[in-house]
Amino acid sequence: MFGFVIRRIGVAIPTILVIITVAFFMMRAAPGGPFDLERPMPEETRQTLLANYGMDQPLWRQYVDYMGDLVQGDLGPSLKLRDKRVSEIIAEGFPVSATIGVFSMALAIVLGSLLGSVAALRQNTAGDFSIMTFAMVGISIPPFVMGPILALVFGLYLGLVPTGGLDPRYGMTPDRLILPIITLALPQIAIIARLMRASMIEVIRSNYIRTARAKGLSATAVIFKHALRSAVLPLVSYLGPASAAVLSGSLVIERVFQLPGIGKHFVDAALQRDYTVVMGVVIIYASLIILLNLLADLLYGVLNPKVKYD
Amino acid sequence: MSLISTPQEKTELLEKAAVKGRSLWDDALARLLRNRAAVASMIVLGLFVFLATIGQLLWVHDYDTIYRDRVWIGPTLENWHLLGTDAQGRDMVARILVGLRVSLMVGVVATIVSLVIGVTWGAMAGFIGGKVDQAMMRVVDILYSLPFIFFVIILMVVFGRNIVLIFVAIGAVEWLTMARIVRGQTLALKGMEFVEAAEAAGVSKTNIIARHIIPNVLGPVVVYVTLMIPVVILAESFLSFLGLGVQEPLTSLGRLISAGAQDMEPAPWTLIGPAVTMMITLFCLNFIGDGLRDAIDPKDR
Repeated sequence: MFGFVIRRIGVAIPTILVIITVAFFMMRAAPGGPFDLERPMPEETRQTLLANYGMDQPLWRQYVDYMGDLVQGDLGPSLKLRDKRVSEIIAEGFPVSATIGVFSMALAIVLGSLLGSVAALRQNTAGDFSIMTFAMVGISIPPFVMGPILALVFGLYLGLVPTGGLDPRYGMTPDRLILPIITLALPQIAIIARLMRASMIEVIRSNYIRTARAKGLSATAVIFKHALRSAVLPLVSYLGPASAAVLSGSLVIERVFQLPGIGKHFVDAALQRDYTVVMGVVIIYASLIILLNLLADLLYGVLNPKVKYD
Repeated sequence: MSLISTPQEKTELLEKAAVKGRSLWDDALARLLRNRAAVASMIVLGLFVFLATIGQLLWVHDYDTIYRDRVWIGPTLENWHLLGTDAQGRDMVARILVGLRVSLMVGVVATIVSLVIGVTWGAMAGFIGGKVDQAMMRVVDILYSLPFIFFVIILMVVFGRNIVLIFVAIGAVEWLTMARIVRGQTLALKGMEFVEAAEAAGVSKTNIIARHIIPNVLGPVVVYVTLMIPVVILAESFLSFLGLGVQEPLTSLGRLISAGAQDMEPAPWTLIGPAVTMMITLFCLNFIGDGLRDAIDPKDR
């Protein structure tokens, strides 16, 4: 297992390097620069600014410098938000993004596997049918539709929760985070419920479950001690893609609900050619996704002894 | 055998056999037609496709006509603004029709792009096998774990908002699962007895691929394609929502929803119309995809 982790990290490092390199040169290939978009400034000032940020150097030189700083953990200054380091922007935004991400994932896993199991155990009943209909709704309604609709209904019409983002005086309060978390979790709840239902149905038909029933175990013991453990495996292998989906979903959620997370910065930064902020966010998200994939694979191995990390 | 003497009798018998025989596809079609949700979805979607294609020709308003004196009018029969007007006084029905057309078009074209890449990649890996297969699938594994949406966003920024690029970018991102499915099928089929029998009978490799492999891979591919179109439509709307999709005055459902979300307090109908249209479209596509999967692969219910 130790060897497996080492080998996976051995693959992950070149992968991240490729991501950083591709993102770096793609971003620089975009027409315009961070100092072109505002009203025209005197050429002299522009040159000073460029020189200030080392952007008068040839591109390969900038790349080498950037990578050099990166190795030392320096993501550089933001090119648009004066006097802000990229690391500061990320440090401010990360708690918000992480909070909605973690709670959404937790909600999706708990509710999704619960609904899926119930549907499987009550296959072809009204309960099964309504859960699967709900799942279909969850899959078919994208977060950027669900978000505004929930805000419209619960925020404006019913007045149960405030709309319009976080209140800077209080920071993250549950009443302002609940809608974003639910919106982000819904599609994942739906997908996990469908996965769980399919795998649970397959498991409860298998021979070892029949044996467990035949030897007189109670229904609860059969489900919780025997069935759940195998049924949960497809769900575990979905955790990697799920975390990627939640991370990219947060780009939209943070915009819909005006949350000051890092996803919100990404699109603005890309449009304004704020190279360093774009790179910083890409690096953080790519590393997170790779890390979460690795964790999911390890968890899979723990739950399924058949998997050998040769 | 000796009973059949003349060629005419032979052809007659063959025709009879052809009438009686039910292929897998006939069975699948029969099962699909029994699935009420799928049939209803096909009818609704057919209607949507019809409206998206020629609806603008029939509708009284143009999608880019601006009525300066009719900003944010709620749904009304007056002047036929059945779904109201938007912030610039444009008719919502006309805009939704255009948005639907663009979204459906993106869905189909980008799916074809990903189909071509995915099937080629997967079939090659499956056929060649061995080290090449391992290397090709390793690439897919690594690409799987990347935050692709970020690269698509950067791509849109680099090359500007070009509708052809949207097709290619989304298609190029979504081919991975297709490649996996096709490879798995090809690998399984390669070892099947009927393929070996064909080989032993001296059928050429091209013929084996064309007559035996492709028809058998087709089932899962068709199912996946149907389920992929909604994913692609979502991806395009996602980009449009972030302001990176098609450009004004052209529009897509995602763009309309984005605009509607901003105006939902004074004019909720600008959000509700496109959102409901999109939901129904995705519903139908998902139901048809699920129905097809149940019909083609009944054991996977």
